[in-house]
Amino acid sequence: MSAAPQRVSGIEYLSRIGQDRALNERVIARRLLSELLPYRSQVITVLALNVVSALCQAGTPWLISQAIDRHVVSGNRSGLAGIMVVLLAVYLLEALITRSQMLRIMAIGYRVLASFRERLFERYLRLPMKYLNQSRIGDLISRAISDVSSLNSIFTQSIAFLPGYLLSLAGTLIAMIILSPPLALASFLVIPLMRLSDAYFAREARRAFRNIHHETGEVTAKLEEDIKGLREAQAFNRIETNIHRFRNSILKYRTANLQAVNVTAASAPTFDILSTLGTAIVVGFGAYLVITDSLTIGVLAAFFIYAQQFYRPIQLLSQVRTQVQSSLAASERIYSVLDERCEPEDPPDAIRLEEVRGDIEFDDVTFAYDPGTPVLRNISFKLKQGQVVALVGQTGAGKTTIANLIPRFYQPQEGSVRVDGLDLRDVQAKSLRAHIAVVPQEPFLFSGTIEENIGYGREGSTREEIMEAARQAGAHDFIEALPKGYETQLSERGKPLSQGQRQMISIARAIVANPRILILDEAMGTLDSRTEMFIQGALDQLLKDRTSIIIAHRLSTVRNADLVLVIENGRLVESGTHDELVEQRGIYFDLFRRQFRDPQPGQGGRAGEVPN
Amino acid sequence: MIRQEQQNRISGSGALLKNLLARRPARGADLKPAGRPDQKKQMMALLRALTYLSAYKRDVIGASIFLILVSTASLVVPQLFRYAIDTGIGQRQKAAIVVAVGVIFLVATARAVFAFLQSYLAERVSQSIGEDLRVSLYSHIHQLSYTFSNTVHSGQILTRMTGDVDQVRAFVGGGVIRLSGAMILFLACFVLLIQLNWKLALITFATLPASFFLLMRIGRKVGPLFGRIQQAVGKLSIIMQEDLAGMRVIRAFCREAFELDRFKSVNREWLRNNNLFLHHYTNNFPFALFFANVATLVIIGYGGWESIAGRLTIGELVAFYSYLSFLHYTTILISFVTTYILGAASASTRVFEILDTPLDVRESPDAFELPAISGQVEFKDVRFRYPGSRAETLKGINFTIEPGQLVALVGPTGSGKSTFINLIPRLHDVSSGAVMIDGSDVREVTLSSLRGQIGVVLQESLLFSGSMRENIAYGKPNALDEEIETAARAAQAHDFITKLPGGYDSLVEAGGANLSGGQRQRIAIARAILIEPRLLILDDSTSAVDSVTEIGIQESLDHLMREDGRTVFVIAHRISTIRDADLILLLSEGRILSQGTHETLLRESPLYYDILGSQVTDFAGDQLSGGPATQTGVTT
Repeated sequence: MSAAPQRVSGIEYLSRIGQDRALNERVIARRLLSELLPYRSQVITVLALNVVSALCQAGTPWLISQAIDRHVVSGNRSGLAGIMVVLLAVYLLEALITRSQMLRIMAIGYRVLASFRERLFERYLRLPMKYLNQSRIGDLISRAISDVSSLNSIFTQSIAFLPGYLLSLAGTLIAMIILSPPLALASFLVIPLMRLSDAYFAREARRAFRNIHHETGEVTAKLEEDIKGLREAQAFNRIETNIHRFRNSILKYRTANLQAVNVTAASAPTFDILSTLGTAIVVGFGAYLVITDSLTIGVLAAFFIYAQQFYRPIQLLSQVRTQVQSSLAASERIYSVLDERCEPEDPPDAIRLEEVRGDIEFDDVTFAYDPGTPVLRNISFKLKQGQVVALVGQTGAGKTTIANLIPRFYQPQEGSVRVDGLDLRDVQAKSLRAHIAVVPQEPFLFSGTIEENIGYGREGSTREEIMEAARQAGAHDFIEALPKGYETQLSERGKPLSQGQRQMISIARAIVANPRILILDEAMGTLDSRTEMFIQGALDQLLKDRTSIIIAHRLSTVRNADLVLVIENGRLVESGTHDELVEQRGIYFDLFRRQFRDPQPGQGGRAGEVPN
Repeated sequence: MIRQEQQNRISGSGALLKNLLARRPARGADLKPAGRPDQKKQMMALLRALTYLSAYKRDVIGASIFLILVSTASLVVPQLFRYAIDTGIGQRQKAAIVVAVGVIFLVATARAVFAFLQSYLAERVSQSIGEDLRVSLYSHIHQLSYTFSNTVHSGQILTRMTGDVDQVRAFVGGGVIRLSGAMILFLACFVLLIQLNWKLALITFATLPASFFLLMRIGRKVGPLFGRIQQAVGKLSIIMQEDLAGMRVIRAFCREAFELDRFKSVNREWLRNNNLFLHHYTNNFPFALFFANVATLVIIGYGGWESIAGRLTIGELVAFYSYLSFLHYTTILISFVTTYILGAASASTRVFEILDTPLDVRESPDAFELPAISGQVEFKDVRFRYPGSRAETLKGINFTIEPGQLVALVGPTGSGKSTFINLIPRLHDVSSGAVMIDGSDVREVTLSSLRGQIGVVLQESLLFSGSMRENIAYGKPNALDEEIETAARAAQAHDFITKLPGGYDSLVEAGGANLSGGQRQRIAIARAILIEPRLLILDDSTSAVDSVTEIGIQESLDHLMREDGRTVFVIAHRISTIRDADLILLLSEGRILSQGTHETLLRESPLYYDILGSQVTDFAGDQLSGGPATQTGVTT
């Protein structure tokens, strides 16, 4: 949708608070540089090599000027030949050094990029669900792919050549001063202008690149979503509208890019003008000096070469600075994710749950996704190992939230959730989740084979275990009927299996996990009765001897549950068995009655007695 | 032990990735080492990408002209310096110096302006081509049938529309202009050097083949690597996309380490290919520069010799030296651009692969607007086979329904129900036979007039990021607020929406994560209600309708189905829906096994009885006792 929600992304947040851009730039640049710390010895080697290659670069014009001035002018052929040999050696040395420093610094750069990607992905795996739900997948991908890519230049080019530029600048500077102080002074005249334009372009570039990275994220996010929604677009006759909206967001992206090129395309030519101006001044003034006999032609020729060598690094430095702006703007987006707080960490002395019996207790739990609007209020209940609890309540009452607290996807603000008497805050989340399996309402399968999908439930599960689980879930027969059986490839989300088949795979996956605690979000509507009967059998297997929390949609589940919790607006309003609750004639009874067309008081109670 | 386990993990993830790849349609481009036929195909694709330039002739010509001007100006500057040195200093003419310096500055300014315009225009061309490619890809995938999105991973489409398009546009837009500019500059240098001193020029050029050879070698070695690097990046984004969508499952099953390993192994693949690139690059590039420097050596040495012999002025020597640096520059530029050719070629192959996927559902050129329909639907011997599959999913379906009828589709999982309903709004086309609405073949009417009159509530309705309002108005973006609210009320979504802090402006989180399953379902129903369809298609199966708690949805669905004489197709499992249907089609293995009303089917079809299972007994009980108690079984 094009009137896209303007979520507060990290970068916008930064730009809101980060009034002091210069300071910000320095902080981020320092942080980026610190990424090189693990490679410091290598980096130092590169810098040292750089000194040598800068010396080579500064030395060659000098050698050439010597050749022309001393030997060509005086007609000394053997001297000329000697210098040629030296030059050849210097050039060869330069090539070897360039090779060795490129090899090192670029390899480091690639490793840093790979490490950024890895860290971002690891962070995605650990960020709170709330954060992930509020971000758009495409934008997160764009940060890890496109933003990280744009750091490439800073590591593989800028940092690598920066010291070289500086050194050759210094070397040339010294040589120029030695050759002819007045000419050197003349050639410095344009430097203040260069500084001014450099500052201007860096500032503009930063703004433009920020915009580009932001728009890239937007376009990627939009695309990612629209590609997934192709079916909706067709069914709802939205193709024209969608194309129109996509065009608009591409247009924004394009505008951002053209604005950036306005800056980058202007900066190099501006420097070009200034450096030519500088060279012209050298030639003009130099010519004057030669005519007035205070300078030899050879010195002027050498100086001419130096002057060109002098402005080039300045120009390149400024180009680097512009390039770096893109990297800095990108790294803002990267660091803003890396700085996000992860899921609550385990406390250092967290208990590792080896065995779990499966007693669950909610003790006065209050929970809010967004501070201030609690979704659960003062929920308390106890479950003994092996019991089945059915959560019942209107849509949005908080049933799923209760279920989410048990694997510690979220932590309550008040009260505590205990498993086997241990507060979940004190246990290692991983060791806890290893004993819990979840069957979500909408099964999520990964692309890969059916076998891999079922085996996902537990690392290292064998083929036999997988097949046994499939059998129990009633999926074995349809899997075997497929041409490739368990090796059948599924595309994303389990395409092309039917919804019911995906559900069975999802149940088999939970069976493989062999959990002590099972969380089941019922979605039986997707299956025809025949299939469902299979699954019901499978679920009964699955529920046996496990503590189960079922977000119940089916009455038979509720009737068979050891405990029914009726949730309304985040509060536990009734609890008990089905029969007890029907007897109570309270909210549950009301819900139950509304399900049927001609409610007759008194008959509800019989419901529990009807054999299923 | 631990190491063994790690290795298992890695190889496991490797298999998964191989599979990811195996499903890519671009199989050849991805897995095979770039063989000759492949390269030829890729080059054809690149040439085809170049044809996109023709839409921007003015910008391309402008950019090229400015590039030539820049080059000319660059070539003039050394001449002017030579003039200043030789004439001004050599013959002590102060006026000549002043003129030369002034002209140099003017030329430099002009060059700067040209350079700016050149870069700007080149970028504009590049961006325009990117835009064209993206928009045509976007509109193409929107017209491909569901078969396509069912078989191709959306992450692959995403990488092709982002990274691959960028590679193509960078090369076609910027690279080609720069390449041709560099070649022109190179030729101009060549001519000038020959004019200046042909002997010196020829000797200098003798050193060039070595540089070129090395640079070409980089291009040859590195080209295929670019393809592999880009492919690894694509895989990384596919893993991320899938894992971000399935994060809850990953966390629930504690598979973070597995996913991280999977990601790391692709990341390592990326790193390895980059290091290979680096290896080839550093083994050639510095030495290409070296040979270019040798040319300098030759000039100074031989030029110095000639100068000593009095056959060359020092000014000429300096000018020669300046041009030589252009020659270096262009050599490097040419090699740099050619390095990227192969990367761009394989990217354009991937882009065109999508654009060339034939549209299986295509509007006929003389399609007419379907007038307001009454809702009569007829299937005439409809057969359907998914491309690439041998068996037909639908094997000769025949039936007619009259306007206002409610048709229930019943059948076991995999019997073809979803395919069946997808044929009506032409999400697929029949393989043979015809689907007729009010006597018109759906293939003869315009897609928008057809789909605009059909409302669909799909399995797993997708919500988009945006407000509740926008999501309801998905099928009718310009709907009025009142209309949206009325639809929401009818779908029983109004109450929960208004309870949200932002009301209708509340944002839907990724995939509707901040809504419960029931709430998502109601939004989807409101969507369908809003477009006031004459023909409604409902996939009832995902709705948690039989629950004790989600009664509201059932009511809103019933409301939707029975309202003002709509024709309704519903894939149903609820006996309460099925019972009331005017016609029940019992599907099994792609055929209508039997059709009729609930009573007839109950009597005649054992499968029907079987499918409805316990519901039938409960229903029968309901008939007997007439009480709600037995109805409790109606809970599929």
